[in-house]
Amino acid sequence: MTCTDFLSQLTDYFDGQIDAELLAEVQGHIAECHHCHVVLDTTKQTIEVYRDNEIYDFSPELQSRLHATIMSRCREVKVR
Amino acid sequence: MSAASPTIPVDTLVPVEIHPDVALVARAKEGDTAAFEQLVRQYDRQVFRVAQHITQNREDAEDITQDAFLKAYEKLDQFQGNSKFSTWLVRIAVNESLMRLRKRKTSKTVSMDENVQTDEGSIPRDFADWSPNPEQQFGTSELGDILRKTIQGLPPGFRTVFTLRDIENLSTEETAEALGLSVPAVKSRLLRARLQLRERLSRYFRQTKTEGPKP
Ligand SMILES: [Zn+2]
Repeated sequence: MTCTDFLSQLTDYFDGQIDAELLAEVQGHIAECHHCHVVLDTTKQTIEVYRDNEIYDFSPELQSRLHATIMSRCREVKVR
Repeated sequence: MSAASPTIPVDTLVPVEIHPDVALVARAKEGDTAAFEQLVRQYDRQVFRVAQHITQNREDAEDITQDAFLKAYEKLDQFQGNSKFSTWLVRIAVNESLMRLRKRKTSKTVSMDENVQTDEGSIPRDFADWSPNPEQQFGTSELGDILRKTIQGLPPGFRTVFTLRDIENLSTEETAEALGLSVPAVKSRLLRARLQLRERLSRYFRQTKTEGPKP
């Protein structure tokens, strides 16, 4: 397996949608190729750091403001 | 009304767990605004986050959140119980967001080149490990700045796929459906989004000792 082959399997590998034979090849490549090992590891960290950190502020104030507007608009629809 | 009768024949009972949202949607369809209010409370953060990620604009995200819920409320009859309510709602929010993005594109004539390529054009260049991990290197606010800055730099098409797939945990199929893309197209964009984001973050997180002197 070349580094390019590895890269083309990366998405399926993360999603666990890879058959056993290919999985063994991917794992074999990572064991031997430090570059791809690093790419795999840091890509995994990229996903995790975005998943774990709420990066946009959603304050209780904003929430209750949105909430109030949404519900008043919904009630308007119902009245009509 | 007769459909809601509690006397269901025993042999038609299926041991499939019914999502609590299905009951809330049914009540909301009957005009129970409190039931819909509950759904708003459950998903407002998610809808806002999707809109903010896609548009990268706070005011737009607020408007979209309001519009998406109103649209969902008006179209509640079109909701098929066979998909998750949250997925259906996210799809509405995505549509609203993309519409907003297109409008902005034409009005401001800002180039939002999506540079969609299906080949492996973005072979990683940065092979340095990250030290020790992003959370340990930066304070919360600094890390937040970095994460916002790096995702902002992604082409909108990649950012959207990454948001739905990796942040909101939609399946590849659900993401494809929400964006009107084929599954291979989603996979291709997702790979490139992940790699580009990784490459951008590497500037901040890489281990200095393995890369020698900094330029
Ligand atoms: Zn390799």
